[in-house]
Amino acid sequence: MKRIGVFVCHCGDNIAGNVDVERVAKEISKHDGVAHSVDYTFMCSDPGQKLIKDAIIEKKLDGVIIASCSPTMHEGTFRKATASAGLNPYQCEIANIREQCSWVHFDKEKGTQKAILIIKSMIEKLKMNELLYPVSVSTNKNVLVIGAGIAGIQAALDIGEAGHKVFLVEKKPYIGGHMIQLSVTFPTLDCSQCILTPKMVQVNQDENIELFVNSEVESIDGAVGNFKIKIKRTAQYINPDICTGCGDCVEACPELVPDEYEEGLSYRRAVYMSFPQVIPYTYTLDIDNCLGLNPIACGKCKEACKENAINYDLRDEIIEKSVGAVIVTTGYDQYPMENIGEYGYGKYPDVVSGLQFERLIFAIGPSGGKMLRPSDGKPVKKIAFIQCSGSRDPERHLSHCSKICCMYTAKQAKMFKTKVPDGQAYIYYIDVRAAGKDYEEFIQKAQSDQKLIYVRGKVSRIYKGNDKMAISAFDTLSGKKMDVEVDMVVLALGLVPSFGTAEFARKFNLSVGTSDFLSEAHPKLRPVESVNTGFFLAGTCLGPKDIPETVAQASGAASKVLSLLAYDSVEKSPIIVKVDAEKCDGCGKCAEECIFDAITIDKIQNVAVIDEMKCKGCAYCVPECPYDALEQKNLSSQQIYNMIDAILGKGNKVEKDKTHVPKIICFLSEIGPYQAADLAGTGRMEYRPNVFVIKVLSISMLNKNHILYAIKHGADGVLISGSHPGESPYPGASLKAKERIDSIKSEIKSAGLNSDRIRLEWYAGRQAKGFAAYVDKFVEYLKMKGPVDSAKWRLLH
Amino acid sequence: MNLPYYPGCTLKANASHFEDSAIKALEKLNCQLQEMKDWVCCGTVFSLSNDDLMLQLSSIRNLLRAEKQGLNELIVLCSMCYNTLKRSKDFITDDKEKLEKVNNFMYMEEVDYKGTVDIYHLLTILKDRITFETIQDKVKKPLNSLKLGAFYGCLLVRPKEYAIDDFEGPTIIEDLLSALGAESLDFAYKLECCGAYQTLTQKDVSLKRSYEIIRSASRAGCEAIVTSCPLCAYNLDFLQKEIDEEQVDFNKIPIFYFTELMSIALGAGWSSKWSELHFVDPEQLLRDKHLL
Repeated sequence: MKRIGVFVCHCGDNIAGNVDVERVAKEISKHDGVAHSVDYTFMCSDPGQKLIKDAIIEKKLDGVIIASCSPTMHEGTFRKATASAGLNPYQCEIANIREQCSWVHFDKEKGTQKAILIIKSMIEKLKMNELLYPVSVSTNKNVLVIGAGIAGIQAALDIGEAGHKVFLVEKKPYIGGHMIQLSVTFPTLDCSQCILTPKMVQVNQDENIELFVNSEVESIDGAVGNFKIKIKRTAQYINPDICTGCGDCVEACPELVPDEYEEGLSYRRAVYMSFPQVIPYTYTLDIDNCLGLNPIACGKCKEACKENAINYDLRDEIIEKSVGAVIVTTGYDQYPMENIGEYGYGKYPDVVSGLQFERLIFAIGPSGGKMLRPSDGKPVKKIAFIQCSGSRDPERHLSHCSKICCMYTAKQAKMFKTKVPDGQAYIYYIDVRAAGKDYEEFIQKAQSDQKLIYVRGKVSRIYKGNDKMAISAFDTLSGKKMDVEVDMVVLALGLVPSFGTAEFARKFNLSVGTSDFLSEAHPKLRPVESVNTGFFLAGTCLGPKDIPETVAQASGAASKVLSLLAYDSVEKSPIIVKVDAEKCDGCGKCAEECIFDAITIDKIQNVAVIDEMKCKGCAYCVPECPYDALEQKNLSSQQIYNMIDAILGKGNKVEKDKTHVPKIICFLSEIGPYQAADLAGTGRMEYRPNVFVIKVLSISMLNKNHILYAIKHGADGVLISGSHPGESPYPGASLKAKERIDSIKSEIKSAGLNSDRIRLEWYAGRQAKGFAAYVDKFVEYLKMKGPVDSAKWRLLH
Repeated sequence: MNLPYYPGCTLKANASHFEDSAIKALEKLNCQLQEMKDWVCCGTVFSLSNDDLMLQLSSIRNLLRAEKQGLNELIVLCSMCYNTLKRSKDFITDDKEKLEKVNNFMYMEEVDYKGTVDIYHLLTILKDRITFETIQDKVKKPLNSLKLGAFYGCLLVRPKEYAIDDFEGPTIIEDLLSALGAESLDFAYKLECCGAYQTLTQKDVSLKRSYEIIRSASRAGCEAIVTSCPLCAYNLDFLQKEIDEEQVDFNKIPIFYFTELMSIALGAGWSSKWSELHFVDPEQLLRDKHLL
């Protein structure tokens, strides 16, 4: 039998305030198997850690429980300390008595009792923990960068410079992203192209960077250090090695298409080059708008090409590569302006977006750099800029501040002034936010210009006046309604993650945070890493930001990747699934079901074999096995049963009177609901202490026995909660769990029992409030229903 | 198609031409308005003033009686009735506690309200059930050359949960008018408040609002304004007398209910009785356009 040590942390007053820690330590010392039990002010401090290490050695402990904050905070710290005392780190478990106990229950007696039960359940788990050792994998030194805007370019250059091979994948036919569309940049007013094109050329010339334009990443398989990627490159039909860029094909092409690079303000041909400095320097044939690759249908461009660079027989290709890490820089798009009904649905051509204005004012843009109205080409004398178009409007549009609009609007107004010296500009704003080096000074200069009138107020409507665009707004400083007529209106549209980000995130298991931007592993301390190990993030895919910040993040992500690649191998968590060869008969059901293709069947031995590298430990396969031959390491069925027993107090009789206190067993997945429960603690959102959490990697590991065991042994309700189906790190796992639980519920129903005692809910890490409220309601419901008749439930098989 | 119908008080008095024209126009579309029995006042502003259950009783009594008569929906013409009934419905639906309390108040009704009656504005029915395409096909006398401004006021589109169309940029009335062959023009004040009941207590407020709305429509080139709200119609139409006296640059324009124009376009004609209920003469304009 293991000799277990329990260390109860006060966390100053954070735990000790609502939990009688001394009593907890004393009570726990009586528990079966506990050889040592103490409490201390700060376990995570150096003396605290020393206390643990010394005890392991002196008391000859085989396992330790640290009753403290959430494992997401200090599990790593304590496991390291355990390891340094010579104990296998997986013999250290955390009992979360802060976020999920002392911070959410303010009745000290109840809090103390719950803390004791939480610790007991962890002790029962620990008793059966195996010794585990991290799996080590050799790393591939190539890197995939997705998206070739300024962030992707910077990251690729940094990594290429360090001598690693980079595959830079871009959806569009050119690199440079939105930055290459900009006229000038704030606050220095230096030309965007002039500072970006040298970097673009560098990308093209760097031997370490392999560029894939017109391409998208189809799939990424494997794990950190060893990803297998598939890149789908759309056929370009023009061989860039032969194409001289003469442009004869463009003149021959009869088709006209709105030009995406010019934001739809002018037209291009179906065969085209987006702009003269384009990298890679070649023409693109846009198959969607081409009359047909069949020479009978058109074929004029092929005839015109003297170099024979056009080949209609090319097809889309799939290119397979191996990389060790992935950097995602998928950038932003503008908030769709047709969503803002009162600003004209995009039905008025003279209402333009911020990016369209950039093109209009650009020296070689669609209007040749002259300020002309898109509707009729008349000169623009009066102009209005509307800040926060779509931003900071939680009720209807985006709740977030898009951060760069105040600055770019001031820049655009200044540029307008340079182009039209006698012109008049109105700038409507809610607040001016200009936090950045030299930003405030830039704004102040703009505001002191007599011809740039800053109006504090939101525009309520834009409509067609006599020949001009009429604007109604309320000036909140003078308290008067203001109606002006202008030639053109520029909407400083908010920033949203580039269209398709949600789907992209689902495909590659990246988590999505508020406002639908991708989320970082930690908003402050791990700003360029993803929770999906091996994925790094930079730039506006994470949230609105300006160019300097984007570049800094890109370099940050690159350096993170470089430190990963500095080692020849990476370590992988050993919490995976194991096979009981005795029980397994090699039927192959698990191999069929595995999301990550991690299971193969050994045909000779007739047994399933788990690929340690590929298995992510989600244990999705566990309930699939008809022979119960699969278990998750260190969270076996028996461990789950023992934990439930500890919580419910095995053998206790349920009091059937009005003072009945219901107990709920919650199976929460680590990503999503468990984080929500922790966050409820951080926010001190009080809920009833009847709730006991069993953390699982994914709820798809739960089978009928796990769920029913709790109720059969006296729990009043079971809450199973995973991350939202679209956000789970294990694709399809949440939905599969739902399918399984639904079938269990209908079975319960047909047995004439109340299936509402078992609930399935989705929670994302951010939904702390929702979680706390739900739990309370559930307790209330169970109180109303009264104690469970476990005997009847035991008849269920 | 039979449409269970709640008229409301104004449609039986000052706005009887609204009801009359609706019945006539809908007949041409093979639809009959079937007035529910025993209806009472919709509650008007009182039921909107706060969430006091007492003030919702009048609206909910209508819903209860409709339910008792076996109706699962009510079609409403008046914007105010539409808004109050629909809001009261949502106010108690899904809230068993409130529903129970309200039912206790209405014990004289013998049955309890269960919350099964839906509320629709006629415009929604025209758009979704009858469709503007069908209407367009049945137009006998297209309103060619008539330049109209659709005026929504507040109650069709606010609060946004009860909007019958996009609440910032609605086009449902314009789409109907286009189907009837008219030209509808956008103008700035089409979603503004007409001053509503302030016309009784602070008339100058309503005068100012109405003046601004009509001026905005005129400037956009509208020859008449079209609405679905008796209160808006009253303010915009009858206040023009005083506005005309006060403002030098003002030209009077007629105010129509959308159903009046439907009646003309669908071949059900115009009635001189309707003209009597207008302040600004509508007939002159219609004659000018050869629609009478």
